[in-house]
Amino acid sequence: MTIEQVQTGNWLPPSPRLLVLRRLEVAMLTLAALIAAGVVAALGHTLIGLACLGGALVLGLAAERFVSRRFHAWGYAEREDDLLVRRGVMFSRLSVVPYGRMQFIDITAGPLERSFSLATVRMHTAAAASDARIPGLEREEAARLRDRLAQLGEAQAAGL
Amino acid sequence: MTGSGWRRLHPLSPIVRGGRVTIGVGTLLLVSLLAGGRGTQNSIPEFVIAGLVVALGFVTWIVTRWKIDGDDLRIESGVLRRQSLRFPLSQVQAIDVVRPGLARIFGVAELRLRTGGSSGDTARLAYLAAHEAEPLRARLLALAAGAREHEGVREHDGAPPPPPVAEEHVLTTVPTGRLIGSILISDVGILAESVLAALIVTAVLSPAAAAGVASAGAVWIFTVLTLVWRRFNQEYRLSLAEAPDGLRLRSGLIALSAETIRPGRVQAVRMVEPLFWRALGWCRLEVDLAGKQRSKGEGQAERRPLRTVLPVGSRALAEQLLERIVPDRPPVQTPPPRRALWKSPLRYRMLAWGHSDTCVATTSGRIRRVTVWAPLEKVQSLRRVQGPLQRRLHLATVHVDTAGHSVRAAIRDRDTAEADLALVELSELARAERRKKAR
Repeated sequence: MTIEQVQTGNWLPPSPRLLVLRRLEVAMLTLAALIAAGVVAALGHTLIGLACLGGALVLGLAAERFVSRRFHAWGYAEREDDLLVRRGVMFSRLSVVPYGRMQFIDITAGPLERSFSLATVRMHTAAAASDARIPGLEREEAARLRDRLAQLGEAQAAGL
Repeated sequence: MTGSGWRRLHPLSPIVRGGRVTIGVGTLLLVSLLAGGRGTQNSIPEFVIAGLVVALGFVTWIVTRWKIDGDDLRIESGVLRRQSLRFPLSQVQAIDVVRPGLARIFGVAELRLRTGGSSGDTARLAYLAAHEAEPLRARLLALAAGAREHEGVREHDGAPPPPPVAEEHVLTTVPTGRLIGSILISDVGILAESVLAALIVTAVLSPAAAAGVASAGAVWIFTVLTLVWRRFNQEYRLSLAEAPDGLRLRSGLIALSAETIRPGRVQAVRMVEPLFWRALGWCRLEVDLAGKQRSKGEGQAERRPLRTVLPVGSRALAEQLLERIVPDRPPVQTPPPRRALWKSPLRYRMLAWGHSDTCVATTSGRIRRVTVWAPLEKVQSLRRVQGPLQRRLHLATVHVDTAGHSVRAAIRDRDTAEADLALVELSELARAERRKKAR
């Protein structure tokens, strides 16, 4: 293995629906802020209301940019002996988690994620600091990954 | 003693087990007795509570029994929720004898069997008569060794099973004078001294103000003094001995504890050198173990996941002990690039790392210097992290995650290329170590 392989390896992104979900979340928050600002403007504090309106719009756009950059930073790669997970824009992280170190895997899906039929897969090791979370996987992919990780983990299991 | 090999614990064990509750109830009774001279009916509820507590303790004692059944240790307890535990002796990692202060007064001791598994399951026999504890421990260890041989369970570190009677030879004992000295110039010690000095100065200048300050800051003063005391109590006459089944640690002024650390259980080792200690060439050695050590009812000393192996000692002594805990230690020498000074101005002087085929070593710390050794076979995962400032400076940090709780090994602020290389190299080496162990 070389560094090039780590950087240009077989990286898989989360489902594009995750980006839609994140954008929707931002849009809903922005909309709520816009409505609140509109109400303030309508109640007579026109100047303050308009300023808030503009502020909410700018913040919403910034959040959109942030969310989409964050989405593109997520990625995971299954290698022969370990799982690579990368994430983060401001703080970029790359985790190498050997399958043999896996203690258990959990799949979670919140109400919003579920309505997009997405799920988050998380691999736990004995170290609390280990950070192998992959959000926004399509349900089938999540199940496949879980089964594959479980299988590999069992085959390569190492004691503490 | 009951039939078919079942045995009970020491009759005094509920009292000792109650620990602080016992002391609390005792004080309550005493107070109500003293005050009861005038109003007797007031103290009736107290007596009822005390009676209930005593009855409860008696019932727990009568329903708790244990026996050695072939290769298993069985413990049964509980009235409403009957609990029957069976501990296969072949899985026992270590057996500790623990004697808290109250237990010493009553001449009893607790036997604690540590089994593998991250849930930190421990079989507790609390309490046995003190003179029974050691022979029973030896017997259980012998049975455990026999059971292992019988089942053909191979020791994962490849060591031969411990002989029935473990012989040990003492490696170090910390002299009390040096321990006191080291605490006086440690961070906690200096805090306590400055608090006391400040109090004395105010008392000299104006006694009235001092009384005010003392009562206002009573909680803080108490906390600091407790910290100092706890440190002293835990590390008093700490001695480290080498036994066939690992390193045996004994310490304590009031609560005595004895514990065996098996070499395979060590997740990471760290050496701490506080500012003032460095001038004297002293250091402190701590070992991080896996699993949750916070089982219910364990004593103060057992609750911390970090085990101090050497509270204070010279570098040479530390090296000698390290040789037994982590052999094949790499030299820690490569400093980070100079531009890391912008990111970690205080840490810069301390930062360095090194690795061998089996172990990674890092140093860090702002005022004190902390050196961490993590065996590569214990590495759980590796993380490369780069913050915004680090990206600007083309630096990155590689974290080495182990199953321990308190020791964090991080190769901080390295050149990006070096960090990438370290990530790749360490994951390869860790894999090789895992394979070697699995075979």
